[in-house]
Amino acid sequence: MSITKEDVLHLAKLSRISVKESEIEPLMKDLDSIVNYFSQLNELDTDGVEPTYQCFEMQNVWREDEISEFEANRDDLLALTVESEDNQIKVPKVL
Amino acid sequence: MKIADKTTKAVDLVRDALEKAKKFEEYHCFISMNEARALERAREIDAKIEKGEKVGRLAGVPFALKDNYLSRDGFTTAAARMLEEFASPITATAVQRLEAEGAIMIGRANLDAYAHGGSTENSYFGPTHNSADMERVAGGSSGGSAVAVALGIVPFALGSDTGGSIRQPASFNGVYGVKPTYGAVSRYGVVAMASSTDTMGCFATSADDADLVMKIMAGKDEKDSTTLDDFWTKDLAEAAPSKKKIGLISDFMGDGVDEEVKKAVKDYAKKLEKAGFAVEEVKLPIAKYALAIYYIVQPAEVASNLSRYDGIRYGHRAKDFDDLTGLYSNTRDEGFMTENKRRIMIGNFVLSSGFYDAYYLKAQKARTLLINGYNDLLEKYDALLCPVAPNPAFKLGENTSDPLKMYLEDVMTVPANLTGMPAISVPAGKTKGGLPVGAQLIGQRRSDQMLLNIAKTVEDVA
Repeated sequence: MSITKEDVLHLAKLSRISVKESEIEPLMKDLDSIVNYFSQLNELDTDGVEPTYQCFEMQNVWREDEISEFEANRDDLLALTVESEDNQIKVPKVL
Repeated sequence: MKIADKTTKAVDLVRDALEKAKKFEEYHCFISMNEARALERAREIDAKIEKGEKVGRLAGVPFALKDNYLSRDGFTTAAARMLEEFASPITATAVQRLEAEGAIMIGRANLDAYAHGGSTENSYFGPTHNSADMERVAGGSSGGSAVAVALGIVPFALGSDTGGSIRQPASFNGVYGVKPTYGAVSRYGVVAMASSTDTMGCFATSADDADLVMKIMAGKDEKDSTTLDDFWTKDLAEAAPSKKKIGLISDFMGDGVDEEVKKAVKDYAKKLEKAGFAVEEVKLPIAKYALAIYYIVQPAEVASNLSRYDGIRYGHRAKDFDDLTGLYSNTRDEGFMTENKRRIMIGNFVLSSGFYDAYYLKAQKARTLLINGYNDLLEKYDALLCPVAPNPAFKLGENTSDPLKMYLEDVMTVPANLTGMPAISVPAGKTKGGLPVGAQLIGQRRSDQMLLNIAKTVEDVA
């Protein structure tokens, strides 16, 4: 096994997902078989090959920094949150 | 497809679609219906026709919308608990363009939550059933859309294709599925999955119908800076290929591929020959690595895109938590399906320090080799032919316990996403048991209409 229980807990923490004790074992098994599948890429010689992060045929797309109309207004957006007050979204204490 | 005019009422087209949706309710194509609003729109169109006003190229045509496209009509759920009651304040560009031409959304089609899956079994609202066999999967992730078209509820439906999510369910249900060139259709207002491979396309029952829908949706959108200048402008008849040569990818016709699938693809090759094409077997050894590349790149982008679901600004928020981290973690535990969580964790694994070079960077380099492989072949051939999936529709529950087995479904569809190339799934036959099987055509970027032209040529000889 290349994926350990500690790895699963670390990944769950990085991902901000609570994991129950009963979920750890199946996750270890599933992630391990998936990650092992990736190892076939070692058969490919990629020395000196440039990576392709996107195939958009474009680099930077520029536009004028102008204010434009957005179809939703502030009230529409605030209505989507569970709790808001005085046009601000309420969250639990951070500090 | 039927368009509303002086003799065909939009209200009748919409009512007929709504009645069929009710009749086929047990297939579970839809997450929610848009009945009242759809009928209201239909009446508006009929009134315009009555007055002799312009009504658009899709006047009164009902369609199903994959429920990861935002629309102000009703909730956009992405088939996840996270967005169960998400009332979008905006509408996707693709939907706006269709509605501007008179098309009418009658309901939100089912999918795997966040489009993660190949069977529509990962939906928070339960699976969709295959149009030819209730015991089998619809395919996915755009399963609801494919089945709604296959059952004749609507003449077209929208889907999204990040790794095969339009083409595989199209194959499993015997309809046309179009995955366009990356950037052909705006991604604005569609729930993001993997931003470098997400494409927006459609299901239809003929090449002409698919072409019309895509033509309307395609083109530059300032809200998505990756959109290309509009190249979807020809009449389909004018988009004929020049070489009249098709390459059959032999690497996807070997072991592990169902015999009846191979037969259907070979039958399609024969029809191409009858239509005047030379079909030659070609080797593409890099193709088999596409799946490993995809399942590194895509989860990495998923992990990044899904980090926005924090329970703060919109969507589900957990009721029990001790602190801010607890709010995030419990919200994401409750709001995501198991498959969503797996992909986020794999994504964070391949991106984490110590593993980035070995997995993520390696995959992006291999992606370059994959693109080179396809480019080389497409200099000699108009298009490449291969199966859509290794098998016809499998039984519900058959692959749910083994995620890797489910991923292997995507082995023949992911290359088009990683290369940004267009690919279509066309009906190619049926198994002895009556299950539909599709064939796949892949072409160079911006050759989308040429692929549909080839499909139409085959329709005409068949």
